[in-house]
Amino acid sequence: MRQIHEFHVDSTRYLDDHGKPPGELPPQAGNTIRVLAAYRNMVLTRTFDSKAIALQRTGKCGTYPSVLGHEVVGTAIGQGMAKSDVFVPYYRDQAAHLLRGVSLTELLLYWGGDERGSAWQNCPEDLPISVPIATQCCHAVGVAAAMKIRDENRAVVCCIGDGGTSKGDFLESINLAGAWHLPVVFVVINNQWAISTPRSLQSGAETIAQKAISAGLPGHIVDGNDYFATVEALDTALDRAHGGKGATVIEAVTYRLGDHTTADDATRYRTAEDLKRAWEKDGIKRLQNWLHDNGHWSPDKEKSLQAECKQTVERAVEKYLAMEAEPPTAMLDYLFETLPAALQPQREQIASKYRGGDL
Amino acid sequence: MSRAKRSIETRDVTLVEAVNMALHRAMADDANVVVLGEDIATNGGVFRATVGLKEAFGFKRVMDTPLAENLIAGTAIGMATQGLRPVAEFQFMGFIYAGMEQIVSHAARMRNRTRGRLHCPLVFRAPFGGGIHAPEHHSESTEALFAHIPGLRVVIPSSPQRAYGLLLAAIRNPDPVIFLEPKRIYRAVTQSVEDNGEALPLDTCFTLREGDDVTLITWGACVQETLQAADKLAEQGVSCEVIDVATVSPLDRETLLCSVAKTGRAVIVHEACRNGGVGAEVAASIAEGAFLDLQAPVVRVTGYDTIMPYYRNEQYYLPQVEDIVKAVEQVIAL
Repeated sequence: MRQIHEFHVDSTRYLDDHGKPPGELPPQAGNTIRVLAAYRNMVLTRTFDSKAIALQRTGKCGTYPSVLGHEVVGTAIGQGMAKSDVFVPYYRDQAAHLLRGVSLTELLLYWGGDERGSAWQNCPEDLPISVPIATQCCHAVGVAAAMKIRDENRAVVCCIGDGGTSKGDFLESINLAGAWHLPVVFVVINNQWAISTPRSLQSGAETIAQKAISAGLPGHIVDGNDYFATVEALDTALDRAHGGKGATVIEAVTYRLGDHTTADDATRYRTAEDLKRAWEKDGIKRLQNWLHDNGHWSPDKEKSLQAECKQTVERAVEKYLAMEAEPPTAMLDYLFETLPAALQPQREQIASKYRGGDL
Repeated sequence: MSRAKRSIETRDVTLVEAVNMALHRAMADDANVVVLGEDIATNGGVFRATVGLKEAFGFKRVMDTPLAENLIAGTAIGMATQGLRPVAEFQFMGFIYAGMEQIVSHAARMRNRTRGRLHCPLVFRAPFGGGIHAPEHHSESTEALFAHIPGLRVVIPSSPQRAYGLLLAAIRNPDPVIFLEPKRIYRAVTQSVEDNGEALPLDTCFTLREGDDVTLITWGACVQETLQAADKLAEQGVSCEVIDVATVSPLDRETLLCSVAKTGRAVIVHEACRNGGVGAEVAASIAEGAFLDLQAPVVRVTGYDTIMPYYRNEQYYLPQVEDIVKAVEQVIAL
C-alpha cells in the first residue's frame, strides 16, 4: 500500500484570550485605522444587538437572533470584501451587513416583520438573509458562476453555521465551487450550537474545515474571536478568489454567547460554566485589550465610542418605529413584475377590505 | 460572451425539436441566457433537447453540472440574481423534488422578499408525464405541486408551435417559470414551426377548437386524446370546444368561464391524479364563476389517486379517448 495524497488542515491564532500576541502579528495589524474601524463596528454591532433584544422583549420587534459572539468574524468579512463583491449571508451576520451598507433601520424592519428590511439601498446585489439553513450556499456558487461566465474580477463570500454544514446544500456547493473553480469564500461560523444541538452531534469529522478537502478546496481553521487571524484568513481567501485561483472554506471557531433567538432558552441545554468560559475568550474584549496595550485606546475613547454607538442605534430605532407598515396590497405588488390578471380580483379584495389607506 | 447570428427558417419539427429551436433562438438573441443541467452539454440532454447548444454557444453558457438537483436549482437562482437568464433542466420531473426547497423557498419569493431589489428571471424545464414505458419515478405528473406556490408560473406546451412560442416567452419572462414538457408527445407529431423569435402569450389559454355543446379543458399530452375524443363526438353530432390551458398557474379563468357560459358543460381532462389536481382548481373556478350557466355537473377525467403504475399497466392509469367520450356523453345526457 502506498500513500497517494496527503491532506492537512491548518489553524491560525495570533492573540491569546487576553489580547496578548505570543508571536509576530500579520501585516494587517499594522493598519491602525482599519483595526480601529473594526473595533468600532464590533461595538456598534453589540450595542445594536442588545437593543434589538430589548425591543423584542418589549413587543416592538419580532423574534430576533442575537449576533453575540459573531462580531469579530462578521467584521472581518465586511472589511475584507470589495464593494463590488457579493455577500451571501445567513441570519447571524449583522456585523458584516453594517459594513456592506445595510442600515440598522433595515435590519430592524426585517426582524420587525416588514419586507422592506431586505430592500437594501446601499448593497443592491447582496443576497437577502437566508432563513432555510444552508440553501444560500447554492446561490453563492450561482452568483460566482455568473461572475466567471462574464469574466468579472469579483468574488462571493457565503456564510453558514456549523449546523448548516450537515446539509447537502453546503456539500453540493463546495463540490461545485471546486469543480468549476469558482471565486467564492465559504465562511463556516462554528459557534458550537445549532439551536440546542452541539457541534459534536453534527458530524464525526474532527474539523468542519476538512470537509473542504472532499471538494478539492483548501480548508482553514481560524480563531473566530481573534480579529487578526480572521481578517488575515479572509484577505488571503479573497485574494485567491480575485486572482482566479478558486474557492476556500474557512472555519471560524467561536461560541454563540446568546440564545439561538429570542424564542430560545439556552439554559435548557448548556451550562453556566460553559458560557462563562466562552465569555473569557470574547473577541471584542480581546481586541480592546490589544488596542489599549499598544497605545491606541483609552477609557475615555471607550466611553465616547459607547455613547456614539448608543446614539446611532437610538436614531435607527426611532426611524424604524416611526415607519408605517406598507399598505396590505403590497403583499401582491412584488410577487411578479406585473400582476397577472388572474390575481387582480384578489388585490381588489385586499384593497376594499382595508380601504382608507392609499391602496 | 459568444453570440451567434441566426437566420429565420421554417422547419417541420417535433415538440422536443421545437424546444431545442427555441433554446437556440433565445441564446442567440440574448447573451444573458445560459443553460445548465445534467448531461445537457456534450450529450445534448437525454432527450436531445439541448443538442448543438454547446457547439453553438460554448461551454461557458452551456454547462454540465454535477449530479445534484438541489444544486442545479439553487445555482440557477444565484445566477438569476446577477441578471443572467438561466434555463435549468431537470432530467425528469421525478427528480425535481430535491430542488423543491430552492424553488419554493427562494425562486418563487426572491422578488417579493427583496421588494423588487432582486428577482429570478429563470426557467426550470422538466420532461414529465407517463406513456413512454419509462422506469419507476419517470412518469408522474405533479404540476399541481408547483401551481399551488405563489410566485411561480407553471407552463405546459402541447404542440411544437406552442413549445417554441411558450418557451421563448418563459425565458423572456422576468419571473420564474416551471416549464413542463409532456414527453409522451415529444416526438408524436410534427408541425411546421417558423424560427422567427416570436413568443406566445403566457397566462392565456389556447382555444384549439370552437364548439357549442361542451367545453373540454385540458393541457399537456392529454390534448392529443381530447382532440381525438372531440373528433369522435363530432361524428355523433356533439360539438366540443377544446381548450388547452397551457399556463396552469396563474389560471386564465376568463377564457374558461366565457367558454362554459356558452356551452353550459365542462369536462376537465388531465393525466395527474385527481385529488388536489389543477382540475380541482378549474372546477372550483367554474363553480364560483359560471354556476348559473351550467346545465350539468363539471366532470373530471384524470389519473387515479394512486402511485403511477409501472409501465405494464400505465395505459389503465392514463386517460384514454374512450374515457373522455364517455364523460362527455354523460354530461350531454343531462
